[in-house]
Amino acid sequence: MTVDPRLNSRLREAFGSSPFILTKFDSFMDWVRGSSLFLLQFGIACCSIEMMHTFAVKHDLDRFGAGVPRASPRQADLMIVPGTIVSKFAPRMRRVYDQMPEPKFVVGMGSCTISGGPFHKGYNVVKGVEEILPVDIHVPGCPPRPEALVYGIVKLQERIISGQRSPVTVDPYELEKFGDLDTHELIEQLADQISENDLVMRYNWSDSP
Amino acid sequence: MIGVSKNGTLDYAKLEKMLGDLVLQKEDHVNAPAFVIRPDAVEETLTLLKDEAGFDHLSCVTAQEYEDRFESIYHLRKYDSPQHELGIVVPSPKSNPWNQSASSVFRTADWHEREAYDLVGINYVGHPDLRRILLPDTWQGHPLSLDYDQNKPQIITLQEHENPLQHTLDDNTMFINIGPHHPATHGVLHLKTVLDGEHVVAVDPDIGYLHRCEEQMAQGLNYRYQIMPYPDRWDYASAGLLNEWAYARAAEDLGNLEVPEYAEILRTMGAELCRICAHFLAVGTFALDIYGDFTAIFMYAMRDREIVQSILEDLTGQRMMFNYFRLGGVVWDLPEPRNEFLSKIQTFLDAVPAGIQEYSDLMTSNEIFQLRCVDIGILSPDVARQYGVTGPVARGSGIDYDLRRDDPYGYYSNLDWDVVTEDGCDIYSRFLVRLGEVEQSAKIIQQCVSLLESWPEDDRIIQSNVPRTIKPPADAEIYRAVEAAKGELGIYIRSDGTQQPARFKIRSPCFSNLSTLSEMAEGGLVPDLIAALGSLDIVLGEVDR
Repeated sequence: MTVDPRLNSRLREAFGSSPFILTKFDSFMDWVRGSSLFLLQFGIACCSIEMMHTFAVKHDLDRFGAGVPRASPRQADLMIVPGTIVSKFAPRMRRVYDQMPEPKFVVGMGSCTISGGPFHKGYNVVKGVEEILPVDIHVPGCPPRPEALVYGIVKLQERIISGQRSPVTVDPYELEKFGDLDTHELIEQLADQISENDLVMRYNWSDSP
Repeated sequence: MIGVSKNGTLDYAKLEKMLGDLVLQKEDHVNAPAFVIRPDAVEETLTLLKDEAGFDHLSCVTAQEYEDRFESIYHLRKYDSPQHELGIVVPSPKSNPWNQSASSVFRTADWHEREAYDLVGINYVGHPDLRRILLPDTWQGHPLSLDYDQNKPQIITLQEHENPLQHTLDDNTMFINIGPHHPATHGVLHLKTVLDGEHVVAVDPDIGYLHRCEEQMAQGLNYRYQIMPYPDRWDYASAGLLNEWAYARAAEDLGNLEVPEYAEILRTMGAELCRICAHFLAVGTFALDIYGDFTAIFMYAMRDREIVQSILEDLTGQRMMFNYFRLGGVVWDLPEPRNEFLSKIQTFLDAVPAGIQEYSDLMTSNEIFQLRCVDIGILSPDVARQYGVTGPVARGSGIDYDLRRDDPYGYYSNLDWDVVTEDGCDIYSRFLVRLGEVEQSAKIIQQCVSLLESWPEDDRIIQSNVPRTIKPPADAEIYRAVEAAKGELGIYIRSDGTQQPARFKIRSPCFSNLSTLSEMAEGGLVPDLIAALGSLDIVLGEVDR
């Protein structure tokens, strides 16, 4: 069987006559995963504008094998969280994250996803994305420049390819059934508004960092 | 028209006489006088002012709590002469804060009063649908009231809707959620939509997914330095300098600060660069909505934005969050070497006409684009005025309203430019207005560049003498607006004599513009709903604040 000469690369020359390479399945899969990340097309706030610039001409994230935004979470394996998370949005974001297939990765973009950023004193602002989801890479900035986001994603790819996984070190707010919550004055007040089987997220603001 | 004297200025004595017993007291706000009225006389007063005195624009509704009372302020002005302003102040008792709703007189009061109820807790009697708008329904307390404890826990629901395909209602309609995570909603907007086949029966925008407490933030910061970085984050489509100007204008008038002429030119140039940048984003994302993918137009718009952002970065030091304005001027002069910087702007300006032509070839003269846009998403001028619509959306409905010309500030009145209006009242007209405004902004920048080139070197004063701490007199109140990228961006500030505002209210143009969505989309097709939403060019950071 002859191979089309256009497909012959220098790499193939280096392999010599044997068309086979030997590797571990896991390392091969890690290499594949890291080299073709599908992003979730997901905008929240100011950072999403810089995120769009990262996808678009000039910065062109796809050069690094990570630049195809997918509108459905079921087709995505990387979620960039670009902006401030507020109480009303966090349960929805959690749901979108849960809909992504494993293995999945999260890059927190901007100061708001680290601590709430300039809005961390707000009555409605979740103090960082780690209160909701596990995060692999934090990119600081307000907003980070596209170059910084590219750097963050490339770092994530390095980690994926080398088989590293981030441990989940947070105790995030979970979606729970209203009926399962511990009794509290607040629960009694809301009892006629929310049915026992509804999913809720309970924010204990005083415990936030 | 009652209340206008022969030389065109407002005669408040005549207005007071017209209202007669309705006026309990007259207050002097820094921008205009205000009448205090009873909480049960709101409808009557506003109807009189609207029908007899021509106040057809309810800019903003501000609610606030004092130590001894609650208060709603209705900021009125006229579409034809925005410098005619009047405040209507409605105090109500601490024990039972209420006043009559204005929503039967001005449709825009519907959303504004919902927000006031949500954040401050005033009850608007007669409001058709008084429920929370920014915060979730299950929220406890009103965060901008004085006794609010923000450490209390809160519970937010994620209720699942029934699968609409399994359960159809008797009338064959289907409920569908669009957003809050959806590529066509330009951020985190949630549209509760009821469909009959492909037709939209009802659409209810559900906002508040990006409510970052901007007003609370500003109320905890000092006038002199700390508030200025925040406006950049309201309309974050690189329109930062336009927003900064809204705050600067209100605070400078409140604190009686002068701005040197040279700084006004720098401000005008920077602000118009921001407008171009914001309109390019509108063009790019609108193409995304209409053509459905990351096509050439989106990429072209991004390419052009990169050029403008790079100029702005040279000027201010940041790509998006500029923090360039200071009270009484700007933070620094043009970057050195000046000529290099100015010729960089010149290169960009020289390319604008060809760029506009390119967008026109790709979009406005494209038959498919026209089929999606012409005569769709109709917003008649009367309805637009009812909803307090401003900016390119209003000008696309033939309303000739632009605060840069009608309520002059900055250097605009010394420059030669036109207000762009279109009479189509449809999606297509709004798009044409934006393209036209890019051209006009380029014209303004061109004149600024010429002025800066020839400005004498010893007269480059970038900031007037501003005291280190600014403490406006106690109980001074002001409402001031500028023409931001999306329309009238107004700030209401009440001072309590300290370095921080006691109440800081943001009148967002996107908020009012978005409230017209149901008028435009109901009865149309689903794709037209998406196109109409795109044509409003909302930025959720500004809608939710």
